[in-house]
Amino acid sequence: MSQVINSRGYPSQQELRNAPGYPSQERLEKGPVVAIECIEEIPCNPCEQACPQHAITIGTPITNCPHLDEDKCIGCGLCVSQCPGLAIFLIDLTHSQGSASVAFPYEYLPLPKEGQTVCAVNRAGEPVCSGTVVRVQNPKRNDRTPVVTVAVPCKYATQVRGILRSRR
Amino acid sequence: MREVDLAVVGAGPAGLTAAIEGAKRGCSTVVLDMNPHPGGQLIKQIHKFFGSREHRAGTRGIEIADTLFHEAESTGVEVMVRAEVYAIHDSTLEVAQTFGEDSPILPSKEATTSHSRSLSIVARRIVLAMGGAENALNFPGWTLPGVMGAGAAQTMINLWRVLPGERILMVGAGNVGLIVSYQLMQAGGEVVAVIEATPRIGGYGVHAAKISRAGVPILTSHTIVGASGESRVERAVIAKVDPSWRIVPGSEEELEVDTICIAVGLRPNARLASLAGCKLHYSPSLGGWVPIHNSRMETTVPRIYIAGDLSGVEEASTALEEGRLAGICAAASLSKERAGDPEEIKAIEQRLLSLRSGPFCQRRQDAKQELIGIAETQCPK
Amino acid sequence: MRVIHHPILGDLPEVRQVKIWVDGKEIAARKGEPIAAAIAANGTKIHRYTTRREEPRGVFCGIGQCTDCVMVVNGVPNVRTCITPVTEGMTVETQHGAGRGGR
Ligand SMILES: Cc1cc2nc3c(=O)[nH]c(=O)nc-3n(C[C@H](O)[C@H](O)[C@H](O)COP(=O)(O)OP(=O)(O)OC[C@H]3O[C@@H](n4cnc5c(N)ncnc54)[C@H](O)[C@@H]3O)c2cc1C
Ligand code: SF4
Ligand code: SF4
Ligand code: FES
Repeated sequence: MSQVINSRGYPSQQELRNAPGYPSQERLEKGPVVAIECIEEIPCNPCEQACPQHAITIGTPITNCPHLDEDKCIGCGLCVSQCPGLAIFLIDLTHSQGSASVAFPYEYLPLPKEGQTVCAVNRAGEPVCSGTVVRVQNPKRNDRTPVVTVAVPCKYATQVRGILRSRR
Repeated sequence: MREVDLAVVGAGPAGLTAAIEGAKRGCSTVVLDMNPHPGGQLIKQIHKFFGSREHRAGTRGIEIADTLFHEAESTGVEVMVRAEVYAIHDSTLEVAQTFGEDSPILPSKEATTSHSRSLSIVARRIVLAMGGAENALNFPGWTLPGVMGAGAAQTMINLWRVLPGERILMVGAGNVGLIVSYQLMQAGGEVVAVIEATPRIGGYGVHAAKISRAGVPILTSHTIVGASGESRVERAVIAKVDPSWRIVPGSEEELEVDTICIAVGLRPNARLASLAGCKLHYSPSLGGWVPIHNSRMETTVPRIYIAGDLSGVEEASTALEEGRLAGICAAASLSKERAGDPEEIKAIEQRLLSLRSGPFCQRRQDAKQELIGIAETQCPK
Repeated sequence: MRVIHHPILGDLPEVRQVKIWVDGKEIAARKGEPIAAAIAANGTKIHRYTTRREEPRGVFCGIGQCTDCVMVVNGVPNVRTCITPVTEGMTVETQHGAGRGGR
């Protein structure tokens, strides 16, 4: 079983690179694709059904880790809000010249607004850089799991996984 | 006195599915729950459930509770709330029922004008599904107001919509500690830290990652040394522990908090089962003392079946499958053929096996096998 | 503190208000909620003091099992406030030892 995630609460880059749900650098550079940061063998599988392209596979037993077929993933982002572990992120290194976008589920209030400048944080919740909110989506099918997309400098795309929450 | 074919104690996912299966097979069925709302643990679980799609994973716990309750009602199950079963002898359940304005279900026809009543129910088959109970933790100051079970805090925020405190220390990094921490933040609280005495986080990595990126430190190999304050919690002292559980001198740290939540595990809520005469077995992987049961979920007392967290603390998915199994087997034992549909039972067993694989769950499969092995020698044939 | 806005549960729905008296002070409660929720929303944490050592106690289990939260309700001692719903005009007092109410 993985080691780092068990002692500090989030996976290391090394653990992620070895996970079957994490895309390769080549695929990331081609355009939008998801990073599935679910690396333990837990009994869970809603992600498998969430993808209309059948890019995510778990199969039996249900404790298998999700496997991403990175060539099938078209980066539509539909799966991001469907994972109960909030462990799927949509990354687009080709967002614009020099900047990438990262989309993540965000179930807190207040929600950020489009165009707002926010403090982007990494997996440990530490500030990494500032970013701009590109989109905040919360259609009915998300069942109250809003998905926030922020634009950040390309070099931070593999680190940024959320934003600093503003106190209510 | 009432007579029914099947009485189920506990309206959580296990109890409700057992009742549904019983009623579908023609049993007159009643479910008794001491809570004002049916659904068990599900009524305060506002997160999307992990688990398998067949068990409605991806849906929020609160909605799974609603669906199950409506399915139960439409199959003809009678669900009685605020009805606490305090004793079982032979086939008779002793129930104390109170009525409150907030109950979503009005008391049934026989309700009197008084605020409470006691009644006896005689049942040909009984399914016990009382779920789990939270373990406590003793440390200096643990009785101060502001120290509470994580379950109590979760009930406060999600059911009653009251935040019990603003700066919270969570003790225990199992799934309950991680999920309740997340929900305290969603309710507007600040979780100062989650501490865990063992060197590893017990809950799922995805739940830990969720609160990590919200900036909550999860401190493994840390314990609570004490809580203090003037008549209520005002601060907590935590410290590192070494591999032999001794406090590392000089590692003490004081945190300013007004609430300390305890999430150090659940154990099967087996008191009533034990009172009813069911033999128990101690199984650490299942949470503690568990009523012994065979592969048909029948206990050492003939005609009494169990399911869900009571038969080993697990998850909603397994509770639903066990409930189904208990309901089918209890109903079948009342019918002429006595065995349930073997295909159906096999399919349930397959799904349970799949849910109990992997590094987190395999040990539960082993523990269940052990329990069933013991039952072979002790349960009625 | 009441949780008025919530990302999953939405805004707190309006319900009928019920007035209760806690240690002589009138507070507004929400119809159907347990006494413990109403007084927690008002910031009170101490429900009772133990018999011998007069130690304060508050909500611990929240589901009627530990009896830490008992108070004197309408003159009756040892009422578990975490599972007893409020009713209009109810009087609730901090409990001292086995039954004496008042501050
Ligand atoms: C914070 C938290 C998060 C969770 N998240 C997940 C998740 O994401 N996915 C998942 O699969 N599982 C999850 N679970 C686990 C899941 O909720 C439980 O495994 C499941 O609810 C167990 O079902 P049950 O029917 O056995 O018991 P319960 O749901 O506990 O129901 C037992 C019922 O019995 C009643 N009762 C007890 N004693 C008596 C009595 N004497 N008389 C009358 N009634 C009585 C109780 O009032 C209760 O309603 C979570 C649990 C917690 C605490
Ligand atoms: S982003 Fe779209 S295509 Fe890619 S895995 Fe998710 S749902 Fe499938
Ligand atoms: S739905 Fe999310 S948590 Fe569940 S297996 Fe898929 S990625 Fe993991
Ligand atoms: S808090 Fe335990 S009985 Fe009320």
